[in-house]
Amino acid sequence: MRTTRLFVPALVLIVLAVVWELAVRGLAVPVWILPSPSAIWQSFWETRDLIGVHVGQTLLEVAIGVAVAVTAGVAVAAAMDFSPWLRRAIYPLLVISQTVPIIALAPLLIIWFGFGIAPKVIVVTLFCFFPIAVNTSDGLTATEPDIVDLFRSMGATWPQIWRKVRLPAAGPYFFSGLKIAATYSVAGAVVGEWVGAKQGLGIYLLRMSAAFKTASVFMTIAIISLLSIVLFLTVFVVERRIMPWYFAERSEQ
Amino acid sequence: MTLLAVEALSKSFGGRGSGRGDGAVVEAVADVTFGAAAGEFVTIIGPSGCGKSTLLRLLAGLEQPDSGRIVLEGRPLAQARERQGRFGYMPQRDTLLPWRTVLENVILGLELAGGSREEAREEARQLLPLFGLEGFEEAWPSALSGGMRQRAALLRTFLAADDILLLDEPFGALDALTRRVLQQWLLGVRTRFQKTIVFITHDIDEALLLGDRVLVFSPRPGRIAADLAIDLPHPRGEETVLEAGFTALKRSALAHLKL
Repeated sequence: MRTTRLFVPALVLIVLAVVWELAVRGLAVPVWILPSPSAIWQSFWETRDLIGVHVGQTLLEVAIGVAVAVTAGVAVAAAMDFSPWLRRAIYPLLVISQTVPIIALAPLLIIWFGFGIAPKVIVVTLFCFFPIAVNTSDGLTATEPDIVDLFRSMGATWPQIWRKVRLPAAGPYFFSGLKIAATYSVAGAVVGEWVGAKQGLGIYLLRMSAAFKTASVFMTIAIISLLSIVLFLTVFVVERRIMPWYFAERSEQ
Repeated sequence: MTLLAVEALSKSFGGRGSGRGDGAVVEAVADVTFGAAAGEFVTIIGPSGCGKSTLLRLLAGLEQPDSGRIVLEGRPLAQARERQGRFGYMPQRDTLLPWRTVLENVILGLELAGGSREEAREEARQLLPLFGLEGFEEAWPSALSGGMRQRAALLRTFLAADDILLLDEPFGALDALTRRVLQQWLLGVRTRFQKTIVFITHDIDEALLLGDRVLVFSPRPGRIAADLAIDLPHPRGEETVLEAGFTALKRSALAHLKL
Protein backbone atom coordinates (compact mmCIF):
# COMPACT_ATOMS: atom_id res chain seq x y z
CA MET A 1 0.00 0.00 0.00
CA ARG A 2 2.70 2.46 1.06
CA THR A 3 5.00 1.54 -1.80
CA THR A 4 2.27 1.70 -4.45
CA ARG A 5 1.24 5.08 -3.10
CA LEU A 6 4.70 6.41 -3.88
CA PHE A 7 5.26 4.22 -6.90
CA VAL A 8 2.37 5.47 -9.03
CA PRO A 9 3.17 9.21 -8.87
CA ALA A 10 6.87 8.44 -9.35
CA LEU A 11 6.03 6.47 -12.48
CA VAL A 12 3.90 9.32 -13.82
CA LEU A 13 6.77 11.73 -13.16
CA ILE A 14 9.25 9.54 -15.03
CA VAL A 15 6.90 9.14 -17.98
CA LEU A 16 6.39 12.92 -18.15
CA ALA A 17 10.14 13.52 -18.04
CA VAL A 18 10.75 11.04 -20.86
CA VAL A 19 8.00 12.61 -23.01
CA TRP A 20 9.47 16.05 -22.31
CA GLU A 21 12.98 14.93 -23.21
CA LEU A 22 11.86 13.29 -26.45
CA ALA A 23 9.67 16.25 -27.45
CA VAL A 24 12.44 18.80 -26.91
CA ARG A 25 14.92 16.72 -28.89
CA GLY A 26 12.49 15.70 -31.65
CA LEU A 27 11.21 19.25 -32.22
CA ALA A 28 14.71 20.75 -31.76
CA VAL A 29 13.51 23.38 -29.28
CA PRO A 30 16.31 25.88 -28.50
CA VAL A 31 17.70 25.37 -24.99
CA TRP A 32 17.03 28.99 -23.94
CA ILE A 33 13.31 28.50 -24.57
CA LEU A 34 12.76 25.07 -23.05
CA PRO A 35 15.68 22.98 -21.82
CA SER A 36 15.28 19.21 -21.69
CA PRO A 37 15.41 17.40 -18.32
CA SER A 38 18.91 16.17 -19.14
CA ALA A 39 20.07 19.74 -19.83
CA ILE A 40 18.58 20.85 -16.49
CA TRP A 41 20.42 18.06 -14.72
CA GLN A 42 23.63 19.00 -16.54
CA SER A 43 23.32 22.62 -15.40
CA PHE A 44 22.89 21.39 -11.84
CA TRP A 45 25.97 19.22 -12.14
CA GLU A 46 28.09 22.07 -13.52
CA THR A 47 27.04 24.56 -10.84
CA ARG A 48 26.73 22.17 -7.89
CA ASP A 49 29.55 23.84 -5.90
CA LEU A 50 28.12 27.30 -6.46
CA ILE A 51 24.49 26.56 -5.65
CA GLY A 52 25.18 25.35 -2.09
CA VAL A 53 25.89 28.91 -0.89
CA HIS A 54 22.54 30.12 -2.18
CA VAL A 55 20.64 27.18 -0.71
CA GLY A 56 22.35 27.79 2.65
CA GLN A 57 21.48 31.49 2.62
CA THR A 58 17.83 30.83 1.76
CA LEU A 59 17.54 28.10 4.41
CA LEU A 60 19.00 30.42 7.05
CA GLU A 61 16.34 33.04 6.24
CA VAL A 62 13.66 30.34 6.32
CA ALA A 63 14.83 28.98 9.69
CA ILE A 64 14.86 32.38 11.40
CA GLY A 65 11.61 33.48 9.74
CA VAL A 66 9.72 30.31 10.71
CA ALA A 67 11.04 30.47 14.28
CA VAL A 68 9.86 34.07 14.62
CA ALA A 69 6.49 33.21 13.03
CA VAL A 70 5.94 30.26 15.39
CA THR A 71 6.78 32.33 18.46
CA ALA A 72 4.66 35.30 17.40
CA GLY A 73 1.82 33.15 16.03
CA VAL A 74 1.44 31.10 19.20
CA ALA A 75 1.76 34.21 21.38
CA VAL A 76 -0.95 36.07 19.44
CA ALA A 77 -3.21 32.98 19.50
CA ALA A 78 -2.78 32.68 23.26
CA ALA A 79 -3.42 36.41 23.75
CA MET A 80 -6.64 36.18 21.73
CA ASP A 81 -7.67 33.23 23.86
CA PHE A 82 -7.08 35.11 27.11
CA SER A 83 -9.12 38.10 26.09
CA PRO A 84 -12.29 37.95 23.96
CA TRP A 85 -11.86 41.69 23.49
CA LEU A 86 -8.43 41.17 21.94
CA ARG A 87 -9.84 38.43 19.71
CA ARG A 88 -12.53 40.78 18.39
CA ALA A 89 -9.90 43.45 17.84
CA ILE A 90 -7.19 41.30 16.22
CA TYR A 91 -8.83 38.43 14.35
CA PRO A 92 -10.43 40.51 11.54
CA LEU A 93 -7.19 42.46 11.13
CA LEU A 94 -5.30 39.19 10.74
CA VAL A 95 -7.63 38.15 7.95
CA ILE A 96 -7.53 41.55 6.26
CA SER A 97 -3.72 41.56 6.43
CA GLN A 98 -3.75 38.52 4.18
CA THR A 99 -5.29 40.54 1.36
CA VAL A 100 -2.14 42.69 1.11
CA PRO A 101 0.17 41.13 -1.50
CA ILE A 102 3.42 40.49 0.33
CA ILE A 103 5.41 40.86 -2.88
CA ALA A 104 4.31 44.50 -2.91
CA LEU A 105 5.66 44.99 0.60
CA ALA A 106 9.07 43.51 -0.17
CA PRO A 107 10.49 46.66 -1.85
CA LEU A 108 9.24 48.73 1.11
CA LEU A 109 11.08 46.43 3.50
CA ILE A 110 14.27 47.00 1.49
CA ILE A 111 13.79 50.76 1.88
CA TRP A 112 13.32 50.40 5.63
CA PHE A 113 15.76 47.63 6.51
CA GLY A 114 18.37 47.68 3.73
CA PHE A 115 19.79 44.79 1.74
CA GLY A 116 20.75 42.56 4.68
CA ILE A 117 19.01 39.45 5.95
CA ALA A 118 16.36 41.35 7.97
CA PRO A 119 13.86 42.12 5.17
CA LYS A 120 14.03 38.49 3.91
CA VAL A 121 13.36 37.14 7.37
CA ILE A 122 10.44 39.54 7.72
CA VAL A 123 8.93 38.37 4.43
CA VAL A 124 9.24 34.71 5.52
CA THR A 125 7.61 35.62 8.84
CA LEU A 126 4.76 37.42 7.05
CA PHE A 127 4.14 34.34 4.92
CA CYS A 128 4.21 31.92 7.87
CA PHE A 129 2.64 33.91 10.70
CA PHE A 130 -0.97 33.82 9.55
CA PRO A 131 -1.51 30.06 9.16
CA ILE A 132 0.18 29.40 12.50
CA ALA A 133 -1.68 32.12 14.44
CA VAL A 134 -5.11 31.31 13.00
CA ASN A 135 -4.79 27.54 13.29
CA THR A 136 -3.45 27.67 16.84
CA SER A 137 -6.20 30.09 17.80
CA ASP A 138 -8.84 27.73 16.37
CA GLY A 139 -7.18 24.86 18.21
CA LEU A 140 -7.37 26.67 21.52
CA THR A 141 -11.07 27.41 20.95
CA ALA A 142 -11.70 23.75 20.20
CA THR A 143 -10.85 22.51 23.71
CA GLU A 144 -13.63 20.28 25.02
CA PRO A 145 -15.35 22.23 27.82
CA ASP A 146 -16.22 18.93 29.52
CA ILE A 147 -12.55 18.04 29.86
CA VAL A 148 -11.82 21.45 31.39
CA ASP A 149 -14.72 20.86 33.81
CA LEU A 150 -13.31 17.48 34.72
CA PHE A 151 -9.95 19.08 35.53
CA ARG A 152 -11.61 21.82 37.57
CA SER A 153 -13.59 19.23 39.53
CA MET A 154 -10.28 17.57 40.36
CA GLY A 155 -8.99 20.87 41.72
CA ALA A 156 -6.60 21.59 38.83
CA THR A 157 -5.06 25.05 38.57
CA TRP A 158 -5.24 27.10 35.37
CA PRO A 159 -1.56 26.51 34.52
CA GLN A 160 -2.20 22.76 34.89
CA ILE A 161 -5.25 23.00 32.63
CA TRP A 162 -3.19 24.84 30.02
CA ARG A 163 -0.29 22.44 30.12
CA LYS A 164 -2.26 19.21 30.32
CA VAL A 165 -5.38 20.02 28.26
CA ARG A 166 -5.37 23.14 26.16
CA LEU A 167 -1.93 22.91 24.59
CA PRO A 168 -2.13 19.18 23.73
CA ALA A 169 -5.66 19.71 22.37
CA ALA A 170 -4.43 22.54 20.13
CA GLY A 171 -1.49 20.43 18.91
CA PRO A 172 -3.06 19.00 15.75
CA TYR A 173 -4.28 22.46 14.71
CA PHE A 174 -0.88 24.01 15.36
CA PHE A 175 0.82 21.38 13.21
CA SER A 176 -1.65 21.89 10.35
CA GLY A 177 -0.68 25.56 10.41
CA LEU A 178 3.00 24.75 10.65
CA LYS A 179 2.80 22.43 7.63
CA ILE A 180 1.24 25.19 5.54
CA ALA A 181 3.84 27.64 6.87
CA ALA A 182 6.72 25.29 6.10
CA THR A 183 5.52 24.94 2.53
CA TYR A 184 5.19 28.72 2.06
CA SER A 185 8.41 29.59 3.82
CA VAL A 186 10.86 28.91 0.97
CA ALA A 187 8.69 30.82 -1.48
CA GLY A 188 8.65 33.66 1.06
CA ALA A 189 12.43 33.76 1.25
CA VAL A 190 12.66 33.74 -2.56
CA VAL A 191 10.27 36.71 -2.75
CA GLY A 192 12.36 38.54 -0.17
CA GLU A 193 15.55 37.92 -2.11
CA TRP A 194 13.97 38.74 -5.44
CA VAL A 195 13.83 42.47 -4.75
CA GLY A 196 17.49 42.67 -3.79
CA ALA A 197 20.06 40.40 -2.20
CA LYS A 198 23.65 39.29 -2.46
CA GLN A 199 23.00 35.58 -2.02
CA GLY A 200 20.08 33.21 -2.02
CA LEU A 201 17.99 31.22 -4.47
CA GLY A 202 15.76 34.21 -5.27
CA ILE A 203 18.56 36.42 -6.52
CA TYR A 204 20.21 33.47 -8.28
CA LEU A 205 16.95 32.78 -10.10
CA LEU A 206 16.77 36.44 -11.16
CA ARG A 207 20.38 36.47 -12.42
CA MET A 208 19.99 33.25 -14.39
CA SER A 209 16.80 34.39 -16.08
CA ALA A 210 18.41 37.76 -16.95
CA ALA A 211 21.26 35.82 -18.59
CA PHE A 212 18.80 33.55 -20.46
CA LYS A 213 20.30 30.51 -18.71
CA THR A 214 16.91 28.85 -18.81
CA ALA A 215 18.22 25.46 -17.73
CA SER A 216 19.56 27.04 -14.52
CA VAL A 217 16.22 28.76 -13.94
CA PHE A 218 14.45 25.39 -14.14
CA MET A 219 17.05 23.84 -11.86
CA THR A 220 16.58 26.57 -9.25
CA ILE A 221 12.81 26.16 -9.38
CA ALA A 222 13.24 22.42 -8.85
CA ILE A 223 15.51 23.04 -5.85
CA ILE A 224 12.99 25.49 -4.35
CA SER A 225 10.17 22.97 -4.56
CA LEU A 226 12.39 20.18 -3.31
CA LEU A 227 13.31 22.27 -0.26
CA SER A 228 9.62 23.00 0.39
CA ILE A 229 8.80 19.31 0.19
CA VAL A 230 11.65 18.41 2.55
CA LEU A 231 10.48 21.03 5.06
CA PHE A 232 6.93 19.76 4.85
CA LEU A 233 8.06 16.19 5.44
CA THR A 234 10.23 17.29 8.36
CA VAL A 235 7.23 18.87 10.06
CA PHE A 236 5.23 15.74 9.30
CA VAL A 237 7.85 13.49 10.91
CA VAL A 238 8.10 15.72 14.00
CA GLU A 239 4.30 15.75 14.23
CA ARG A 240 4.14 11.96 14.21
CA ARG A 241 6.82 11.85 16.87
CA ILE A 242 5.10 14.30 19.17
CA MET A 243 1.50 13.21 18.61
CA PRO A 244 1.47 9.45 17.98
CA TRP A 245 -2.02 9.33 19.50
CA TYR A 246 -3.39 11.61 16.78
CA PHE A 247 -2.28 9.28 13.99
CA ALA A 248 -3.43 6.21 15.91
CA GLU A 249 -6.84 7.87 16.25
CA ARG A 250 -7.06 8.69 12.55
CA SER A 251 -6.07 5.21 11.44
CA GLU A 252 -8.71 3.86 13.85
CA GLN A 253 -11.52 5.68 12.02
CA MET B 1 -23.89 8.26 59.54
CA THR B 2 -24.55 10.98 57.01
CA LEU B 3 -21.46 11.59 54.91
CA LEU B 4 -22.96 14.07 52.47
CA ALA B 5 -25.83 16.40 53.21
CA VAL B 6 -27.47 18.60 50.62
CA GLU B 7 -29.69 21.24 52.22
CA ALA B 8 -32.30 23.30 50.36
CA LEU B 9 -30.08 23.69 47.30
CA SER B 10 -31.34 25.96 44.51
CA LYS B 11 -29.80 27.15 41.28
CA SER B 12 -31.13 29.24 38.37
CA PHE B 13 -29.50 30.22 35.13
CA GLY B 14 -30.02 33.26 32.94
CA GLY B 15 -31.58 36.54 33.96
CA ARG B 16 -30.04 39.94 33.63
CA GLY B 17 -26.28 40.16 33.65
CA SER B 18 -25.84 36.51 32.80
CA GLY B 19 -24.73 37.22 29.26
CA ARG B 20 -27.50 35.11 27.83
CA GLY B 21 -29.26 38.13 26.50
CA ASP B 22 -32.87 37.05 26.54
CA GLY B 23 -33.18 37.71 30.27
CA ALA B 24 -35.29 34.60 30.85
CA VAL B 25 -34.56 32.84 34.13
CA VAL B 26 -34.38 29.06 34.06
CA GLU B 27 -34.70 27.34 37.39
CA ALA B 28 -32.55 24.21 37.18
CA VAL B 29 -32.58 22.94 40.74
CA ALA B 30 -35.15 24.04 43.32
CA ASP B 31 -34.96 23.39 47.03
CA VAL B 32 -33.26 20.00 46.86
CA THR B 33 -32.55 18.31 50.18
CA PHE B 34 -31.14 14.83 50.66
CA GLY B 35 -28.42 12.98 52.48
CA ALA B 36 -26.17 10.09 51.63
CA ALA B 37 -24.73 7.74 54.23
CA ALA B 38 -21.19 6.44 53.93
CA GLY B 39 -21.10 3.56 51.48
CA GLU B 40 -24.58 4.25 50.16
CA PHE B 41 -25.47 4.01 46.47
CA VAL B 42 -27.94 6.76 45.61
CA THR B 43 -29.39 6.84 42.12
CA ILE B 44 -31.14 9.89 40.74
CA ILE B 45 -33.71 9.56 38.00
CA GLY B 46 -35.71 12.20 36.25
CA PRO B 47 -36.76 13.46 32.83
CA SER B 48 -34.02 15.01 30.70
CA GLY B 49 -33.43 18.67 31.42
CA CYS B 50 -34.68 18.35 35.00
CA GLY B 51 -31.49 19.65 36.54
CA LYS B 52 -29.89 16.34 37.56
CA SER B 53 -26.62 17.23 35.91
CA THR B 54 -26.71 20.70 37.45
CA LEU B 55 -26.98 19.09 40.88
CA LEU B 56 -23.81 17.11 40.27
CA ARG B 57 -22.02 20.17 38.89
CA LEU B 58 -22.98 22.07 42.06
CA LEU B 59 -21.56 19.26 44.19
CA ALA B 60 -18.38 18.96 42.10
CA GLY B 61 -17.64 22.68 42.53
CA LEU B 62 -18.29 23.64 38.90
CA GLU B 63 -21.26 25.86 39.78
CA GLN B 64 -22.22 27.95 42.79
CA PRO B 65 -25.73 27.51 44.25
CA ASP B 66 -28.00 30.52 44.61
CA SER B 67 -28.99 29.27 48.04
CA GLY B 68 -28.66 26.21 50.21
CA ARG B 69 -25.70 24.33 51.60
CA ILE B 70 -23.52 21.36 50.72
CA VAL B 71 -22.17 19.67 53.85
CA LEU B 72 -19.45 17.02 53.66
CA GLU B 73 -18.51 15.11 56.82
CA GLY B 74 -20.28 17.72 58.93
CA ARG B 75 -18.43 20.67 57.35
CA PRO B 76 -20.23 23.04 54.99
CA LEU B 77 -18.30 23.69 51.78
CA ALA B 78 -19.54 27.12 50.76
CA GLN B 79 -16.98 27.97 48.08
CA ALA B 80 -16.79 26.09 44.78
CA ARG B 81 -13.03 25.93 45.25
CA GLU B 82 -13.46 24.00 48.52
CA ARG B 83 -15.53 21.34 46.77
CA GLN B 84 -13.13 20.86 43.87
CA GLY B 85 -10.94 17.84 44.40
CA ARG B 86 -13.25 16.43 47.10
CA PHE B 87 -15.52 14.37 44.85
CA GLY B 88 -14.84 11.95 42.05
CA TYR B 89 -16.88 13.56 39.28
CA MET B 90 -17.46 11.81 35.99
CA PRO B 91 -19.10 14.06 33.36
CA GLN B 92 -21.73 12.73 31.03
CA ARG B 93 -19.66 13.02 27.87
CA ASP B 94 -16.60 10.94 27.19
CA THR B 95 -13.65 12.82 28.63
CA LEU B 96 -10.70 10.48 28.27
CA LEU B 97 -7.74 12.51 27.06
CA PRO B 98 -6.94 11.23 23.55
CA TRP B 99 -3.25 12.15 23.92
CA ARG B 100 -2.73 9.97 26.97
CA THR B 101 -2.56 6.20 27.17
CA VAL B 102 -5.13 4.39 29.29
CA LEU B 103 -2.71 4.19 32.22
CA GLU B 104 -1.79 7.89 32.04
CA ASN B 105 -5.48 8.75 31.80
CA VAL B 106 -6.58 6.85 34.87
CA ILE B 107 -3.89 8.33 37.14
CA LEU B 108 -4.96 11.89 36.30
CA GLY B 109 -6.64 12.60 39.65
CA LEU B 110 -3.69 11.33 41.66
CA GLU B 111 -1.31 13.28 39.44
CA LEU B 112 -3.24 16.54 39.89
CA ALA B 113 -3.40 15.97 43.63
CA GLY B 114 0.38 16.17 43.54
CA GLY B 115 1.33 12.62 44.45
CA SER B 116 4.13 10.56 42.96
CA ARG B 117 3.33 9.48 39.42
CA GLU B 118 5.08 6.16 39.82
CA GLU B 119 3.06 5.27 42.93
CA ALA B 120 -0.10 6.32 41.13
CA ARG B 121 0.75 4.06 38.18
CA GLU B 122 1.39 1.17 40.56
CA GLU B 123 -1.94 1.69 42.28
CA ALA B 124 -3.70 1.88 38.92
CA ARG B 125 -1.99 -1.23 37.54
CA GLN B 126 -3.36 -3.28 40.43
CA LEU B 127 -6.91 -2.21 39.61
CA LEU B 128 -6.69 -2.66 35.82
CA PRO B 129 -7.76 -6.34 35.84
CA LEU B 130 -10.82 -5.57 37.97
CA PHE B 131 -11.83 -2.91 35.46
CA GLY B 132 -11.24 -5.25 32.51
CA LEU B 133 -8.37 -3.16 31.18
CA GLU B 134 -5.48 -5.51 31.74
CA GLY B 135 -3.12 -5.43 28.77
CA PHE B 136 -4.54 -2.11 27.58
CA GLU B 137 -2.52 0.20 29.82
CA GLU B 138 -0.41 1.43 26.88
CA ALA B 139 -3.34 1.66 24.43
CA TRP B 140 -4.72 4.99 23.22
CA PRO B 141 -8.35 5.60 24.20
CA SER B 142 -9.34 5.62 20.52
CA ALA B 143 -8.45 1.92 20.36
CA LEU B 144 -10.98 0.99 23.08
CA SER B 145 -14.61 -0.05 22.71
CA GLY B 146 -17.34 2.12 24.20
CA GLY B 147 -17.70 -0.11 27.25
CA MET B 148 -13.96 -0.13 27.89
CA ARG B 149 -13.75 3.63 27.60
CA GLN B 150 -16.43 3.99 30.25
CA ARG B 151 -14.65 1.49 32.51
CA ALA B 152 -11.42 3.46 32.05
CA ALA B 153 -13.24 6.69 32.91
CA LEU B 154 -14.75 4.97 35.96
CA LEU B 155 -11.35 3.75 37.10
CA ARG B 156 -10.03 7.29 36.77
CA THR B 157 -12.95 8.50 38.90
CA PHE B 158 -12.40 5.72 41.48
CA LEU B 159 -8.73 6.63 41.80
CA ALA B 160 -9.41 10.37 41.96
CA ALA B 161 -11.78 10.30 44.91
CA ASP B 162 -11.38 9.10 48.43
CA ASP B 163 -15.00 8.41 49.09
CA ILE B 164 -17.75 10.04 47.06
CA LEU B 165 -18.29 9.39 43.35
CA LEU B 166 -20.60 11.57 41.28
CA LEU B 167 -21.46 9.71 38.09
CA ASP B 168 -23.49 11.49 35.42
CA GLU B 169 -25.18 8.87 33.23
CA PRO B 170 -22.01 6.81 32.90
CA PHE B 171 -23.73 4.13 30.82
CA GLY B 172 -26.10 6.45 28.95
CA ALA B 173 -24.30 6.36 25.61
CA LEU B 174 -23.80 2.57 25.52
CA ASP B 175 -25.89 0.02 23.68
CA ALA B 176 -28.43 -1.89 25.79
CA LEU B 177 -26.42 -5.12 26.04
CA THR B 178 -23.12 -3.47 26.99
CA ARG B 179 -25.01 -1.40 29.50
CA ARG B 180 -26.42 -4.49 31.22
CA VAL B 181 -23.00 -6.11 31.35
CA LEU B 182 -21.55 -2.97 32.92
CA GLN B 183 -24.39 -2.70 35.44
CA GLN B 184 -23.65 -6.20 36.69
CA TRP B 185 -19.95 -5.44 36.71
CA LEU B 186 -20.48 -2.23 38.71
CA LEU B 187 -22.57 -4.10 41.29
CA GLY B 188 -19.67 -6.53 41.66
CA VAL B 189 -17.00 -3.84 41.89
CA ARG B 190 -19.03 -1.90 44.38
CA THR B 191 -18.94 -4.64 47.01
CA ARG B 192 -15.14 -4.49 46.94
CA PHE B 193 -14.89 -0.78 47.79
CA GLN B 194 -16.40 1.41 50.44
CA LYS B 195 -17.41 4.14 48.04
CA THR B 196 -20.44 6.37 48.34
CA ILE B 197 -21.97 6.82 44.91
CA VAL B 198 -24.40 9.37 43.51
CA PHE B 199 -25.44 8.02 40.14
CA ILE B 200 -27.60 9.81 37.58
CA THR B 201 -29.56 7.88 35.01
CA HIS B 202 -32.63 8.20 32.82
CA ASP B 203 -33.22 4.44 32.89
CA ILE B 204 -35.66 3.35 35.63
CA ASP B 205 -34.48 -0.27 35.64
CA GLU B 206 -30.90 0.87 36.05
CA ALA B 207 -31.80 3.22 38.90
CA LEU B 208 -33.67 0.49 40.80
CA LEU B 209 -31.18 -2.27 40.08
CA LEU B 210 -28.10 -0.36 41.22
CA GLY B 211 -29.38 1.92 43.97
CA ASP B 212 -29.86 1.50 47.69
CA ARG B 213 -32.06 4.57 47.32
CA VAL B 214 -33.63 6.22 44.32
CA LEU B 215 -34.36 9.93 44.22
CA VAL B 216 -37.07 10.67 41.67
CA PHE B 217 -36.77 14.20 40.24
CA SER B 218 -39.69 16.20 38.91
CA PRO B 219 -39.47 17.99 35.55
CA ARG B 220 -37.78 21.40 35.54
CA PRO B 221 -37.21 22.90 37.99
CA GLY B 222 -35.70 19.78 39.50
CA ARG B 223 -37.21 18.91 42.86
CA ILE B 224 -37.16 15.61 44.66
CA ALA B 225 -40.59 14.10 44.01
CA ALA B 226 -39.88 10.88 45.89
CA ASP B 227 -37.11 9.27 47.91
CA LEU B 228 -37.52 5.51 47.56
CA ALA B 229 -35.58 3.00 49.61
CA ILE B 230 -34.71 -0.03 47.46
CA ASP B 231 -34.76 -2.99 49.84
CA LEU B 232 -34.12 -5.62 47.18
CA PRO B 233 -31.67 -8.23 48.46
CA HIS B 234 -28.05 -8.42 47.27
CA PRO B 235 -26.53 -9.84 45.18
CA ARG B 236 -28.76 -8.49 42.47
CA GLY B 237 -28.48 -10.17 39.11
CA GLU B 238 -30.11 -10.38 35.72
CA GLU B 239 -33.18 -11.99 37.33
CA THR B 240 -33.77 -9.20 39.84
CA VAL B 241 -35.63 -7.07 37.33
CA LEU B 242 -38.18 -9.84 36.89
CA GLU B 243 -39.11 -10.19 40.56
CA ALA B 244 -42.37 -8.98 42.07
CA GLY B 245 -40.63 -6.63 44.52
CA PHE B 246 -38.83 -4.97 41.64
CA THR B 247 -42.01 -4.50 39.67
CA ALA B 248 -43.76 -2.93 42.64
CA LEU B 249 -40.92 -0.44 43.10
CA LYS B 250 -40.90 0.34 39.41
CA ARG B 251 -44.62 1.05 39.47
CA SER B 252 -44.13 3.43 42.38
CA ALA B 253 -41.20 5.20 40.66
CA LEU B 254 -43.21 5.57 37.44
CA ALA B 255 -46.12 7.05 39.37
CA HIS B 256 -43.80 9.71 40.84
CA LEU B 257 -42.22 10.45 37.46
CA LYS B 258 -45.69 11.31 36.10
CA LEU B 259 -44.66 10.56 32.53
